[in-house]
Amino acid sequence: MIDLQGFGPQIAYGAWMTVQVALGGLVIGLIFGLAGAAAKLSPYAVLRGIGQSYTTVVRGIPEILVVLLVYFGGEDVINRIAENFGYDGYIEINVFVAGVTALGVSFGAYATEVFRGAIQSVPAGQIEAAVAIGMRSNQVFWRITLPQAMRLAIPGLGNLFQVLLKDTSLVSLIALPELMRNSAIAIQNTKEPFTFYFIAAVIYLLITSVVLVGQLYAERWANKGVKRASS
Amino acid sequence: MNWEEIFLALPKLLDGALLTLELVIISCIVGFVIAIPIALMRSSQNWWIRNIPLIYTFFFRGTPLLVQLFLFYYGAAQFDAVRDSFLWPVLREAYWCALIVFALNTGAYTAEIFRGAIQSIPHGEIEAGIAIGMTKMTLYRRIVIPRALRIAMPSYGNEIILMLKSSALAYTITLFDLTGMTRTIIARNYLAIEMYFTAGVIYLLLTFLFIQVWMRLEKRMLRFQA
Repeated sequence: MIDLQGFGPQIAYGAWMTVQVALGGLVIGLIFGLAGAAAKLSPYAVLRGIGQSYTTVVRGIPEILVVLLVYFGGEDVINRIAENFGYDGYIEINVFVAGVTALGVSFGAYATEVFRGAIQSVPAGQIEAAVAIGMRSNQVFWRITLPQAMRLAIPGLGNLFQVLLKDTSLVSLIALPELMRNSAIAIQNTKEPFTFYFIAAVIYLLITSVVLVGQLYAERWANKGVKRASS
Repeated sequence: MNWEEIFLALPKLLDGALLTLELVIISCIVGFVIAIPIALMRSSQNWWIRNIPLIYTFFFRGTPLLVQLFLFYYGAAQFDAVRDSFLWPVLREAYWCALIVFALNTGAYTAEIFRGAIQSIPHGEIEAGIAIGMTKMTLYRRIVIPRALRIAMPSYGNEIILMLKSSALAYTITLFDLTGMTRTIIARNYLAIEMYFTAGVIYLLLTFLFIQVWMRLEKRMLRFQA
C-alpha cells in the first residue's frame, strides 16, 4: 500500500478544492459564454465586434497567461487605481477569486462559440412558427431557442468542462491550495515527487472519468425526445 | 502602458518565442509519428489491439499536462534506478523532459483525432481498395492514411494551436520559453501588465500566422474537391 505519511487529508482537501474551482469556473464561464454568444449574434456591430475580439484574443493566448494576467495584472491594475485615489497600502486579490475568474474567462470564450453554433442550428422555421403564433422575442428565446440550443450545446460544453477540469491545475501556480499545490507541499516534506504526483494524476483521472459518465447521461437525458438517425 | 520598457524587452521576448516555437514544432512532429500507429491500432477490429493503446491515450488525455510534466521532471528523480541509468542525462534536462512530455501528450490527442478520421472514411473506398486486390499495407498507405489525414486537417490544426498554448507550461520546469522569459523580465522591472500584454500579443501573432499557413495547406490538400 502507498504510504501517504499523513498527507492524505490534505490531498483530499486539495481534490475537493479542485472540484470547487472547476464548478466556479463553469458557472462564470457559462455566464461569459451566453453573454458572448448574445453579443456575437446581436444586430449591433459594436457588440459583435466586442464578442469577436473576446473570443479571438482569449482563444489565442495560453490559459496560463490568462491566469497570470488576471492575478498579477489584476492586482497591478487595482493598486494603480487605488494609488490614484490616494490609497498607499497594498491590496491583494484573493487567489480563489482570481483563479476562478481566469478559468471562467477562458472557458467562456470557447463556450461562446459552442452556444453560437447551437443557437444558429435551431431551425428558422420553428422561430418563425413561434413568431407567427404571437410570441414576443423574449418568449421565443426562453421557450423555443434556449431549450433546443442547450440540447445541441451539451456535447460541446461537456468537452469544454473536461478541459476546464484539467486547467484547474494551472491555478496551483498562483498558490491556490488545490490538488497540485497540496501535492507539491506534501512533496516538499516527504521528498517523494513520483508518489504524490502519481496520486494526483489518478485523482484527476477519476474526476474526468466521472464527468465523462455524467456527460453521457446528460446527453441521453437531453436527447430523449429526439429520434435517432439509423445506427 | 510603458512602451519604452516594452520595446526594451522585445528582443528577449522574441528569444523566448523562438524556444516556444522549437518546442512546439519538434513535439508536434514526434507526436504525429506516435499518433499514426496508435490511431491505426485504436481502429482495429481486434479487441486487444484496439484497447491496449487506450491506457496511453486515457492517461495523457485524462490528466492535466502540468501533472504529466511534474511527474516526469520531478517524479523520475525519486527512483535510484532512473538516476543510475543511461537515461538520466536526458531526463535530468528540463528541455528534454518538456519535449518528451509534450510529444506524448499531443500524440495521445492526435491519435484520437486520427482514429475518428479513420472511422469516418466512407466504407466503399476501403472496399474498392480491397476489390482491386490491394494488400493491407498498400491499402493503409494509399487509401486509409492519406484519406484520414485530409479528414482530420481542421481538428488537427486546432490541436496544434492548443499545443502552442500548452507549451507555455514549459516555464514551470525552469525553461525560458516566451512565458518564462516574460516572468524573468517582470521579476526585474515589475511591469506585470505590460509584459504579459506583450507576451499575449506575440502568442496571438503566432496563432494567427499558424492559422494562415494551415488554411493554405488545407486548401492545397483538398484541392481535388470542388
